[in-house]
Amino acid sequence: MPDGTRVTPITEGLFTGPSDTPRLIGSRCTACGVVTFPRQESCPRCASLAVEERLLARRGTLWSWTIQCFPPKSPPYVPVDSDEFEPYGVGYVELPGEVRVEARLTEADPARLAIGMPMELVLVRAPGAGDVVTFAFRPVSEEVSP
Amino acid sequence: MTEDDRVGIVGLGIHPFGRHPGVSGLEMAAMAVRAALADAGARWEDVDFAAGGSDASGNADTTVSVLGLTGVPFINVKNGCATGGSALITAHAMLASGEAELALVVGFDKHPPGAFNPLPGEWGIGSWYGETGLMLTTQFFALKIQRYMAEHGISPSTLGKVAAKAFRNGSLNDNAWRRTALSEEEILASRMVNHPLTQYMFCSPGEGAVALVLARGERLRRSARTPVYLRSVAFRTRRFGSFEVFSPSIPVESAPSPTTEAAAAAFEQAGIGPGDVDVVQLQDTESGAEVMHLAETGLCEHGEQEALIQSGATEIGGRLPVNTDGGCLANGEPIGASGLRQVHEVALQLRGDAGDRQVPERCRVGFTQVYGAPGVSACAVLSR
Repeated sequence: MPDGTRVTPITEGLFTGPSDTPRLIGSRCTACGVVTFPRQESCPRCASLAVEERLLARRGTLWSWTIQCFPPKSPPYVPVDSDEFEPYGVGYVELPGEVRVEARLTEADPARLAIGMPMELVLVRAPGAGDVVTFAFRPVSEEVSP
Repeated sequence: MTEDDRVGIVGLGIHPFGRHPGVSGLEMAAMAVRAALADAGARWEDVDFAAGGSDASGNADTTVSVLGLTGVPFINVKNGCATGGSALITAHAMLASGEAELALVVGFDKHPPGAFNPLPGEWGIGSWYGETGLMLTTQFFALKIQRYMAEHGISPSTLGKVAAKAFRNGSLNDNAWRRTALSEEEILASRMVNHPLTQYMFCSPGEGAVALVLARGERLRRSARTPVYLRSVAFRTRRFGSFEVFSPSIPVESAPSPTTEAAAAAFEQAGIGPGDVDVVQLQDTESGAEVMHLAETGLCEHGEQEALIQSGATEIGGRLPVNTDGGCLANGEPIGASGLRQVHEVALQLRGDAGDRQVPERCRVGFTQVYGAPGVSACAVLSR
């Protein structure tokens, strides 16, 4: 997580914290078991309204990835000086038995990304100004693997 | 289906695709309509049903103020990338039911340069998704083909070959936007946009218009042109588990794509199988889309594309010619016009009027597939 204690989540209800061990806030259908992210009020598979909040697993595996090599248009992207634009990784991380979550990746070097590699949830500074944080996944380094 | 129930395409009109400063989308639409009516040898006042639309260039029925206020029932369609397909399915149903005898469909658009910039709120997603740089169609296509290549053994060279074919075919098409052939090497070496897709593997939002005149019954029998029969049109939206654009999450369980279901329905309605198809137009928003849609439509097995494309089978002279007019890659993507351009091209091929890019032998059955956000697909089967 970025330094400083006064960081603000990009939106409420997306993840817990801010902390060093954040969890994504999803939902689970109590009728058919489907897990969604973000949390939603009805089940996209069976249309049941009986859904409950569920904190998702922090670790999963990289299901697919790309590198965003050009600055997205603003809006909707938060204005960033295009001279300062740094390419960033984007991927889907499969949380076992739950759901595949789309997120920014902390790694933007294509040579260091591979489908199937273990990933872990972290908070990072969101693009644009201010102490705003959003969620991202980083490769799990071997040293810290359990 | 008896002969009287058949629906045929009897008039084709197209306004060139590309950039046309000073010409509005509606003006392009009116030009395409006039060309289609002239091709059909029909008068505007004979048209007893019309449908059409654009995504960003206004209401199609505004064209009646320049074509003539005849009182014709005209349905405005605004259905994203399926706008043309939705207009076509509506006209087909009106004709097949006997409600109309001579119908017009028109699609047109005019987009500014650069990638589309949809807003999350219009797609039911929180603003955080766009603010953090996840609301991009190019990312979705890259993420989908990246996974597909790993699962089914598709090489970067095959992505390059798809784009090289598109620009080669576009160079034979006077109505195409990009008419300069590019080599596979130039395409692979162009600027990386979203790994594994480079600049020349993507189509660009553009401008253009297409109109078709359709007929049934006496109007069809008396048509000035050899008719091309519209054997079926099918349209589907996504099911739970299909991997689609603008998805903050996707389920672990997967489902067939809307293209798979629309294609199967179109073939079943037509009583024609994928193995009978002689010429194909597929949604090629980028190179990978053409690869994946070849299998999703049932035209080949998943993974078979690598050998098929490397062997040249999808070239104009090959066993299964795909995107003979250069597809979206060479024509650009004016959303409302794109799906009807595919039908226009297949009809031209089935007539034998495709000139330098005519499929050389036995061209009797054609197939089209248009796909877009947020997970819609329309497929059609045509025959001579």
